[in-house]
Amino acid sequence: MKVGIVVFPGTNCDRDTKWAFEKLGANTKFIWHNETNLDNFDLIVLPGGFSYGDYLRSGAIARFSPIMNEVVNFANKGGYVLGICNGFQILLESHLLPGAMTRNESLHFISKFHHLKVVNNNNKFLSALNNGDIINIPIAHAEGNYKVDEDTLKSMYDNEQVLLKYCDENGEELNPNGSVDSIAGICNKNKNVFGLMPHPERAMSSIIGGEDGIKMLKGFFK
Amino acid sequence: MKVAVNVHLKKGVLDPQGKAVLHALNTLGFNEVEDVRVGKQIIIEINTDNKEEAIKKAEEMADKLLANPVIENYDVEVIE
Repeated sequence: MKVGIVVFPGTNCDRDTKWAFEKLGANTKFIWHNETNLDNFDLIVLPGGFSYGDYLRSGAIARFSPIMNEVVNFANKGGYVLGICNGFQILLESHLLPGAMTRNESLHFISKFHHLKVVNNNNKFLSALNNGDIINIPIAHAEGNYKVDEDTLKSMYDNEQVLLKYCDENGEELNPNGSVDSIAGICNKNKNVFGLMPHPERAMSSIIGGEDGIKMLKGFFK
Repeated sequence: MKVAVNVHLKKGVLDPQGKAVLHALNTLGFNEVEDVRVGKQIIIEINTDNKEEAIKKAEEMADKLLANPVIENYDVEVIE
């Protein structure tokens, strides 16, 4: 399993992401945003952080980095792409995923563990989990308030593209940021591009608070 | 020529910053304020004397980068 981790100026979860995937047995390689070549990767990850200082809109400028043309081509050819937090925002700005992010309803930067419910595991990413599973993964964002128009949302449900929702420890919907339907993670129609605001790479070991991130990322290794 | 691109959240999209400013204004005694929307203005200097061309270019820039059509509207005005 060969995982490429794209690094933009301002990305800050690249090393955690590398550590997480190597812990699961992957070979990893950092890809600088100026590169224009993606050789044979099984998965491309856009990690979290603040690419280009979040200027203009989160992910808006990273979208036009040279490497993003390649990422879009890779995704259009069926390659697996995962965007975590700022990576998710970049995938939205690139139109690889539907919708957009706005400021958290509270205006606060939220950084804490949060429970998530698996809504749909009929995809590679969540294939190691069951529908209805409740997992505990850290969130850390100021712009995680997911917005999408009603028609698109309906088609996302129909196509099994809504993957994760924020909830409490009992699985009751609990919305930290104002997202439509408490959505925390989605995929594209072809189920090869995934985006989520929570950070599975920060929940890979019990000594740092939990191992539920392993259950998530393991899906890619099946 | 200087053009301003004004970007705002669309009508139906909740604007938490606007809400926070609204509450602050009400607290300051501006009780006549009923709603506030916060947007951004991007001022661009374009190397042309042709007003229409400047507007057209600025609109292209807004469509491509400056605004996100999923959640934002924009308008363009020539300011100098």
